[in-house]
Amino acid sequence: MTDILSIAPRPSIAPGKPLLEVKNLVTEFALRTGAFRAVDDLSFSIEPGKTLCVVGESGSGKSVTARSILQIIDSPGEIASGSILLHRPDGTSLDLAKLDPRSRAIRSVRGRDIAMIFQEPMSSLSPVHTVGDQITEVLRLHLNMSKAQARTEAISLLRQVEIPDPEKALDRYAFQYSGGMRQRAMIAMALACKPQLLIADEPTTALDVTTQAEILDLIKRLQQSTGMAVLFITHDMGVVAQIADDVLVMHHGVAKEYGPVEQIFHAPQDPYTRMLIGSVLKLEQKAEIRLARPPLDTTAEPILEIRNLSMHFGEMKALNDVSIALLPGETLGIVGESGSGKTTMGRSIMRLYDPTGGEMLYRRADGKVVDLAKLGGAELKAARRELRMVFQDPFGSLNPRMTVAQVIGEPLLVNGIARGKELDERVCHLMDQVGLDPAGRERYPHAFSGGQRQRIGIARAITLNPRIIVADEATSALDVSVRFQVLDLLMRLQDELGLAYIFISHDIGVIRYMCDRVGVMYRGRLVEVGEADKVCNAPDHPYTQALISAIPRPDPRDRDRSGRFRYIEPSPYAEPSNVKNGSTAR
Amino acid sequence: MLKFVVKRLFWMIPSLFAVSFLAFVLIQLPPGDFVTTYIATLASSNEVIDQNTAASLRERFGLDQPMLIQYFKWIWGILTRGDFGISFEWQQPVSGLIWERMALTLILALVSLIATWALALPIGVYSAVKKYSIGDYTFTAFTFFGLSIPSFLLALVLMYVAAVEFGADVGGLFSPEYETASWSLAKMYDLLTHLWLPVAILAISSTASLIRVMRANMLDELPKPYVTTARAKGLSEFRLLIKYPLRIALNPFISTIAWLLPNLISGSVVVAIVLNLPTAAPLLLQSLMAQDMYLAGAFVLLICALTLIGSLISDILLALVDPRIRLE
Repeated sequence: MTDILSIAPRPSIAPGKPLLEVKNLVTEFALRTGAFRAVDDLSFSIEPGKTLCVVGESGSGKSVTARSILQIIDSPGEIASGSILLHRPDGTSLDLAKLDPRSRAIRSVRGRDIAMIFQEPMSSLSPVHTVGDQITEVLRLHLNMSKAQARTEAISLLRQVEIPDPEKALDRYAFQYSGGMRQRAMIAMALACKPQLLIADEPTTALDVTTQAEILDLIKRLQQSTGMAVLFITHDMGVVAQIADDVLVMHHGVAKEYGPVEQIFHAPQDPYTRMLIGSVLKLEQKAEIRLARPPLDTTAEPILEIRNLSMHFGEMKALNDVSIALLPGETLGIVGESGSGKTTMGRSIMRLYDPTGGEMLYRRADGKVVDLAKLGGAELKAARRELRMVFQDPFGSLNPRMTVAQVIGEPLLVNGIARGKELDERVCHLMDQVGLDPAGRERYPHAFSGGQRQRIGIARAITLNPRIIVADEATSALDVSVRFQVLDLLMRLQDELGLAYIFISHDIGVIRYMCDRVGVMYRGRLVEVGEADKVCNAPDHPYTQALISAIPRPDPRDRDRSGRFRYIEPSPYAEPSNVKNGSTAR
Repeated sequence: MLKFVVKRLFWMIPSLFAVSFLAFVLIQLPPGDFVTTYIATLASSNEVIDQNTAASLRERFGLDQPMLIQYFKWIWGILTRGDFGISFEWQQPVSGLIWERMALTLILALVSLIATWALALPIGVYSAVKKYSIGDYTFTAFTFFGLSIPSFLLALVLMYVAAVEFGADVGGLFSPEYETASWSLAKMYDLLTHLWLPVAILAISSTASLIRVMRANMLDELPKPYVTTARAKGLSEFRLLIKYPLRIALNPFISTIAWLLPNLISGSVVVAIVLNLPTAAPLLLQSLMAQDMYLAGAFVLLICALTLIGSLISDILLALVDPRIRLE
């Protein structure tokens, strides 16, 4: 059992008969104000060996649908009506919707007939049990294996999901695995009893694109060798285009469109589907606002020039000799995977960190050049008024105990610029500028949606008429439909206020849409800098090429993955394979 | 791991010295000494002691020497002979006095600890799993009751009820006829019939707070994705509760061992006095009031040593139980 292909497929049921039939499913959450319908009259079916993608934005009910099938909906949710028919290979059928969530019958389905993997591979594995313990548990539970048998089987499972050195990896804990390895371990656990259906709930959302591509490949290969069906839940239309046979588009608990992937992408019927596809295709090219803008004056003196910037955290070189310049009015994209140092760079520019070495020459409005890396006291404070930041998490970056007016007005107040009625007027004007109704300024952040909150964050950033804004993953927590509104707002403000942006993102699409120039970061170093079009479409550096090749293309007709490869640094030091740095057992 | 333990043990030595010195100084800080307190006690029964007798008493006890010399004499005795000095008040070696009471103190503390955990853990888990059910509300009401009633008041009320309504013999841990008798089965039985009341009183307030802690810990863990994963595997609800969230929710309890040990001695002073229990706590209070400095000093030293040992034990246990601490 060393090869994936050696897994014997389960006897498949008669062709044409679906494995799982969901009919008129309604799942409700009992709230104080009445029942909330998270899933409303949903019907679909999954054929053996096929992949059904359920796609939708946050709050669409796609996760609840998946959890309804296994009856593991979080309290107080429960199935109100409808049926979920599971057709087993022995010819019997079982209506999962009729079973009690705690009954023996549904427990024997979970993990054996239908298995599930989740979004956060770290928190979905127990932190205090070894990976082996958690895999053997399911084998012993459903297949009544002895401890020794289960261990042997678990080792071969880890080998199938391509975890190196499985005998040792089995006795490690989840936190000793890297993100991609954790998800592989989850998959091994889910496949332990050779289920007929694998439900994958956003399994690659928390992973880097290159890791995502590898996990998707792995699922595909395992699916082909075992003949299992996959129910894949995602918000990413690119992933859908790459892996789906059928697609179900959900919005507010209702099915908007259901059909073969070809039809969804090339002949969408529903306006909502068209909007989703459109917003993905929009990211394939530059924004219209940017194309319409006159070209930047590239001869101008840079507003910020970073020279040989380094930031070390102990042994770790988060930034290693980075040099890049930012022109006035320019949008400079910084792209990279997790751990590449892009966030450290943003924070070093804001002087939230004190850089270990290098210079950050900032040209003030009066033409005087100061080195941000060495500023202190009043001068640093003055410079910070002109450099502002927009954060990733629209929920965590706003104080829940301050009203929106207080959040936006705080920089004016603490800098002693405005107070009282004048402050109120400026806040109203700022809210107008970012497209929020000033009437809501006395409300608290929880009353606003994610996109609106990000607008509040932007209003706060432009309060003091800054000249540079550092946006750290400013749109990655937002749904696609909202993402464009925020990106377009940022570009409009840039033109109105003459801002220069440093736009940090892991999403090449967003970078391509928005940025003039791009810097690509890899392990603390800037490996490539160039025009956005050039870097995103025909990069020079092999790492950038690998990164671009891993991005799922939003077109089901373009599924050729043969061009995809993982960048391996030409370095004398070998990379530790499956163990994260610094977490080896003492 | 071994290196860590050795390092911790090594660091305990200077801390113990510092603490012993501080304790000694603190005990001497109030004006007067044991002899003044002794004279005052005698004066209240109309006995007068002249200056000479007082001076000779001071000389006999070594109280006329500077404090530093007294301290070094005391600590030297402990280090070389294991001699904690003589209690002025009892005219007995301090170590004998303390050990005499430790056995009963230990029994009482352990029984109330076991009672507390045996009640609090299951109730806490139940309250968390069945959040906002009638059962949860009932236990919540009980816990607020247990937390808000001072234990000495509870002791008085329960004593009254037990003595007046049931005619039980309350106060102390033995009936008068067994008090000085040697250990026998009958004496053990007598101890048990007396033990339930202090145990109940001591357990009620700690059970109440422990239920709240356990409930909160479990509520933190229950919505975690790894619980859903376990459920999606097909584990029964009971098995998955025991194996996953409960296991992690127990971690904070291991940290409580650090202050459990010193609590053996200093805890529940008021209850022990109200119930007239022959445990260590009333002796500690008495020694402090009488300025019986070697006895009090030995107590303080013992409490500090137990605190240090307790935190070492809890750290080791935590590292054993939680791989994240052990390996990261």
